[in-house]
Amino acid sequence: MQTDSPNKPVEALNPEPSTQNHQPGTLKHRHLLGLADYDADEIRLILQTAREMKAILERPIKRVPSLRGVTVVNLFFEASTRTRISFELAEKRLSAEVVNFSASGSSVSKGETLKDTARNIEAMKTDVVIIRHSSPGAPHFLTRCIRGVVINAGDGAHEHPTQALLDLLTMAELELPKQPGLADFDFAGLNVSILGDVAHSRVARSNIYGLKALGAEVTLCGPRTMLPVEAETLGVRVTDRLDDALDGCDVAMALRIQLERQGAGPTGLFPSLREYHDRFGIRLEHLDRYPDLRIMHPGPVNRGVELASEVVDHERAVILDQVTNGVAVRMAVLYLLSGGSTLE
Amino acid sequence: MPLPATDTVKAQLMGAADVDRTLNRLSRQIVEHLDDEAEPAERLALVGMQTRGVHLARRLRDKIEAIEGVRLPFGVLDATLYRDDFRQRLRQPAVQPTDIPFDVYDRRLVLVDDVIYTGRSTRAALDALMDLGRPASVRFLAFIDRGLRELPVCPDFIGRTVPTAPGEEVRVRLSEIDGEDAVYLVAGSGYGVQGTEGA
Repeated sequence: MQTDSPNKPVEALNPEPSTQNHQPGTLKHRHLLGLADYDADEIRLILQTAREMKAILERPIKRVPSLRGVTVVNLFFEASTRTRISFELAEKRLSAEVVNFSASGSSVSKGETLKDTARNIEAMKTDVVIIRHSSPGAPHFLTRCIRGVVINAGDGAHEHPTQALLDLLTMAELELPKQPGLADFDFAGLNVSILGDVAHSRVARSNIYGLKALGAEVTLCGPRTMLPVEAETLGVRVTDRLDDALDGCDVAMALRIQLERQGAGPTGLFPSLREYHDRFGIRLEHLDRYPDLRIMHPGPVNRGVELASEVVDHERAVILDQVTNGVAVRMAVLYLLSGGSTLE
Repeated sequence: MPLPATDTVKAQLMGAADVDRTLNRLSRQIVEHLDDEAEPAERLALVGMQTRGVHLARRLRDKIEAIEGVRLPFGVLDATLYRDDFRQRLRQPAVQPTDIPFDVYDRRLVLVDDVIYTGRSTRAALDALMDLGRPASVRFLAFIDRGLRELPVCPDFIGRTVPTAPGEEVRVRLSEIDGEDAVYLVAGSGYGVQGTEGA
């Protein structure tokens, strides 16, 4: 079936970007596995391209033919509504052929391995694989099994790079008088606080890499049980007091408390939802106390837990802008990674 | 900005005075061609193709304003996402802004590009324009026509016709981005990175 040996040499976990023939204005990477190894120039190129893609979404005909003939597989091993629909719309807006795969009801439930699933799908002549998987590193593994382009749509608690990119684009669109460089994707001097279960959040991890690359200052805030042990090596400030995190902060990004994963109570990471909301939830009083503060959330929101319901609907919450930007950012990533040399 | 190091200049085709004279003629041709319009500024508009076509279109607008006292609407078009050489390119070309600040519906458009070669960029630009609405008509202005067409596309307004060979490139250089007004015939790198049609 496949022409290359299954025992071919294993590439590095994070394939080194090729510096040969690299022109400014192009990505150095073949895949998007995470933002950890993307530099500021590459992130800015994606965001700049996303800005032009967003203009397409405002037109009467919201479609361009640039990915005509390219087949994209959405390989979702974990439940997802927002991200999957966002990727699917992005693919369709670029005129790609789209195939959806979800683990339930597939051969995965018959015990097929990830490698076999991926290689079988590629044998049907597909070009790009979007993968969401509960295991960190699954997208990296996939790059060693198949020849197509791999885009990470969330791997366990590791990375969720397109979510971070859409968050960065949303921040760049904020009109903050003290941050004139934002529109040019210069985040120097921008203070961002990430609140909640940072340790188990792929969204937080990708955002930390992206924000640091663009020059922002990042503060992590949550119960000590939810803060990553490696925080110091990430170059971020850590606090377990909400007011410390919000004072002088431009953007507060509240993470979703994953009730289905760690829950409240004796086995959970915090005593009760009410106590969490009292100590770490953002309420109207915080918006009053910090008049320049903007609120972001990757969704889905637990109203009354990480954000009070009035805060979710507040004009300084840009949660729906994030969703709109998700399609534009994914169009940009698909366009930039689907160049001729990557599809042979 | 100097010419790319891979370029070997074979001839200078135009200097600054030539570029300006040709633009003067083209602006008068556009005015002449469309003088039967009752309200030119209502129906006529210029669309410059990224990158150098934009600057040429802007200069034409200013010259037409000086002649006729009419300031035509002016838009910017990037046809990158409509190109047909997606699989041939080593890397994706950068997407630049498209900004058409008027409704193209029922407009008479003049599309402006610096060089016409194979005609593929023009085809892409026409598709991009049609996705923005339904113009009444589209006329095409090419500052340099270097021949060697691969598609049945013919400019309505031509600055200068220059017979060329496939290995050559025409570099239109404009003071806004290149620091000089000039047109060169070069033995090029073959990748068409400098505002020529490429491909």
